[in-house]
Amino acid sequence: MNLTLKIWRQKGPQDKGKMVDYKVSDISEHMSFLEMMDVLNEQLVNSGEEPIAFDHDCREGICGMCSLHINGEAHGPDRGITTCQLHMRMFKDGDTITIEPWRAKAFPVIKDLVVDRTAFERIQQAGGYISVNTSGNTQDANATPISKHAADEAMDAAACIGCGACVASCKNSSAMLFVGAKVSQFALLPQGKVEAADRVRNMVAQMDLEGFGNCTNTGACEVECPKGITLENIARMNRELFKASLLKF
Amino acid sequence: MSVLDPKVPEGPIKDKWTTYKDKINLVNPANKRHIDIIVVGTGLAGGSAAATLAELGYNVKAFAYQDSPRRAHSIAAQGGINAAKNYMGDGDSVYRLFYDTVKGGDYRSREANVYRLAEVSSNIIDQCVAQGVPFARDYGGLLDNRSFGGVLVSRTFYAKGQTGQQLLLGCYSAMNRQIARGKIDMYNRHEMLDVVKIDGKARGIIARNLITGEIERHSAHAVVIATGGYGNVYFLSTNAMGSNATAAWKIHKKGAFFANPCFTQIHPTCIPRSGDYQSKLTLMSESLRNDGRIWVPAKKEDAKAIQEGKLKPTEIAEENRDYYLERRYPAFGNLVPRDVASRAAKERCDAGYGVNATGEAVYLDFAAAIERYGKEQAKIQGIANASKEKITKLGEAVIEAKYGNLFQMYEKIVDENPYKTPMMIYPATHYTMGGIWVDYNLMTTVPGLYCIGEANFSDHGANRLGASALMQGLADGYFVLPYTIGDYLADDIRTGAIPTDTKEFDEVEKEVKDKIDFFINNKGTKSVDHFHKRLGKVMWDKVGMSRNEKGLKEAMAEIKQIREEFWKDVKVPGSANEMNPELEKAGRVADFLELGELFAKDALVRAESCGGHFREESVELEGEQKGEAKRNDKDYAFVSAWEYKGEPADAVLHKEELEFKDIELKQRSYK
Repeated sequence: MNLTLKIWRQKGPQDKGKMVDYKVSDISEHMSFLEMMDVLNEQLVNSGEEPIAFDHDCREGICGMCSLHINGEAHGPDRGITTCQLHMRMFKDGDTITIEPWRAKAFPVIKDLVVDRTAFERIQQAGGYISVNTSGNTQDANATPISKHAADEAMDAAACIGCGACVASCKNSSAMLFVGAKVSQFALLPQGKVEAADRVRNMVAQMDLEGFGNCTNTGACEVECPKGITLENIARMNRELFKASLLKF
Repeated sequence: MSVLDPKVPEGPIKDKWTTYKDKINLVNPANKRHIDIIVVGTGLAGGSAAATLAELGYNVKAFAYQDSPRRAHSIAAQGGINAAKNYMGDGDSVYRLFYDTVKGGDYRSREANVYRLAEVSSNIIDQCVAQGVPFARDYGGLLDNRSFGGVLVSRTFYAKGQTGQQLLLGCYSAMNRQIARGKIDMYNRHEMLDVVKIDGKARGIIARNLITGEIERHSAHAVVIATGGYGNVYFLSTNAMGSNATAAWKIHKKGAFFANPCFTQIHPTCIPRSGDYQSKLTLMSESLRNDGRIWVPAKKEDAKAIQEGKLKPTEIAEENRDYYLERRYPAFGNLVPRDVASRAAKERCDAGYGVNATGEAVYLDFAAAIERYGKEQAKIQGIANASKEKITKLGEAVIEAKYGNLFQMYEKIVDENPYKTPMMIYPATHYTMGGIWVDYNLMTTVPGLYCIGEANFSDHGANRLGASALMQGLADGYFVLPYTIGDYLADDIRTGAIPTDTKEFDEVEKEVKDKIDFFINNKGTKSVDHFHKRLGKVMWDKVGMSRNEKGLKEAMAEIKQIREEFWKDVKVPGSANEMNPELEKAGRVADFLELGELFAKDALVRAESCGGHFREESVELEGEQKGEAKRNDKDYAFVSAWEYKGEPADAVLHKEELEFKDIELKQRSYK
């Protein structure tokens, strides 16, 4: 198939940036979206132009690196996938495809389609852990039974890949699905309960500091999340925060 | 040729590690804060090491080329992690895990290291649970286990199909805690481009900031390399796009010996290539071979018709199918080890029986399992005289419950419904058992330079068992290196901070900058990928699943040729002082072009077949094992450790003789 691509080009953080049109031809419907981008880049390199910078790595939907806003949707059309799992069979010959970086104040553009997601790192550093040192003398893994339901639910929350699609999809650029997922994983497990109050307070405070917006329950984040993280996690985070506000310490 | 000393402690194997720990030098807590350690790579090995070293009080500087430590390719591991917990009460023990690993590795690993690995495996699970890793549990709330290839017990812990992700997020959370405390300085989007030695010791690295292009100097009292394997030397593999061997290859060029590069794992069940544009290959979990039957058409004309799209697999009658694994290996059938299954698929496809347009695919068929489970369900549910449709429906539901996520992944990529038509699979490069040579302390042949995880060579011999990579990465990082590095650093408590304004740093930085300038100014005519793809093709065709002397010699010459063309004609657009992914790739491919040649040389020297390394000249000629791989313990029970001497072809071989005191050497038989 032959396609017209409208792609955001921006030389660096200070550059104003603009949409630029490109044509690609003979694209196979079996290609992944990023392989189509590879074809375009090879074309650009061969013609002496600078290829388009975009983040990608594992190309199997788990590293969370790829982050394209395609035709106005985070990770493009199709559900439950990352950009690298999107295939060209979702498009038709002659289509025009718009490709932009994640759009959010807290995710400044580094170059072209690459954004800076270190705000997520700082939120995790504020409390996304259980304070336990490595030791060969930790208690036996089976010493504390955990209900299968709690373990499964914690796993569902822990499936977040930190890609940022939730933020990019949200009209408020809210990071509450991302933070809610981490808070939930630990809140559901006995090991995480000890520090639960401090964790939720610190992570939410850092989230606000980074300039992410608030949640207005639109639910776009849940729709676009490649890993099916549910809004329930935001509700749980709010409950945890409320619970923490009632504590003295 | 010299003989290498692995520094294995004396004494019975079960006491070695304990005795060693009792006798090594320690660094007192007050002194640790005066000692800096660089950790390059933040996957399971690097991440766990960085976190643990920081917890102990050392100042850690960690480096990752991605924008977060959480994105290292350990994240993609699906199946699980082994540990000798014996929670199932099925007779597992440290000795059994040790035995299975040595045997699975076809007797080419170091006994003492493997025993230690088995010994600390239990601690890993305890540690991960304490960190909040949500492992699968049964209804009683205790941890669940499953079974993997090559063993007779259930010792694999798992978190759905995302075990690697959950373990890595565990390391990542431990790192985050130390980053917040200021004990780890995290350098994301940074790539190590060389190591700096002072007075023969590793004392720092040169790294490139991938956002600004700035070349930076970082010093430390010890340097740890945890940058994973070199599978991308084949261009196509199950590795991530950015996975590379640059850090490992650069330390090799600075004196670290490279061991067993020819030991590479080709995984049998991957989604086949669909065209020349393909950028990577996707693994389908080994667990599918529990229920899937592997076959190709028995008649060549049928295979040809399928390749041309004129015939469908479901139209081929049962008697015209060749279930070649069941035919050749009746005892193990479709569950033979990875290396055996991969070679058998290649043999059929090379003979012209492959089933997709490229002729490089075989079927993995669930129809028999669907029927079997369907009938079973009909009986359980008391449905008398169930129709064929009903049985299929019931059977498909069972398969969906077991493998639903994998079937969905397959359908997304291939656009075919694997419940209705057999999956197509083909082997792909997955893991590299070879790597930087390390002694029992995980130290390379350069003092103060350590190598852990997939990047080193030590534990998997010539073939790695499923669910053992995660175990080894975390064992090295959480429980081995933090002890062994202290023994070395105990001599450095009075050294003080290592300055970076010295001639040693000047020299290495100049080398790095010169190379970058060369790429930017070369203005050739061909892209980096052009050369990488050519290298990959030579590697796959001649140094892939089946190797022979003639092919290996040709491969060495061809790789050298591609390398020479690369340096003349490579084209890197953009500039050095900005984010420039083409420039990053150029440096990585330059190193693969050298590593590939050493790889072929190593395969040439090892004129035996063992594990993932199959030499056509070394096969059983008669008896029950006729046509199978023939290991040669008399001449090749050693580790090949290569010393860099300029051109890869000039590398000098050093041998570490392997002794098997606790396990008897036997031929593996799956007949």
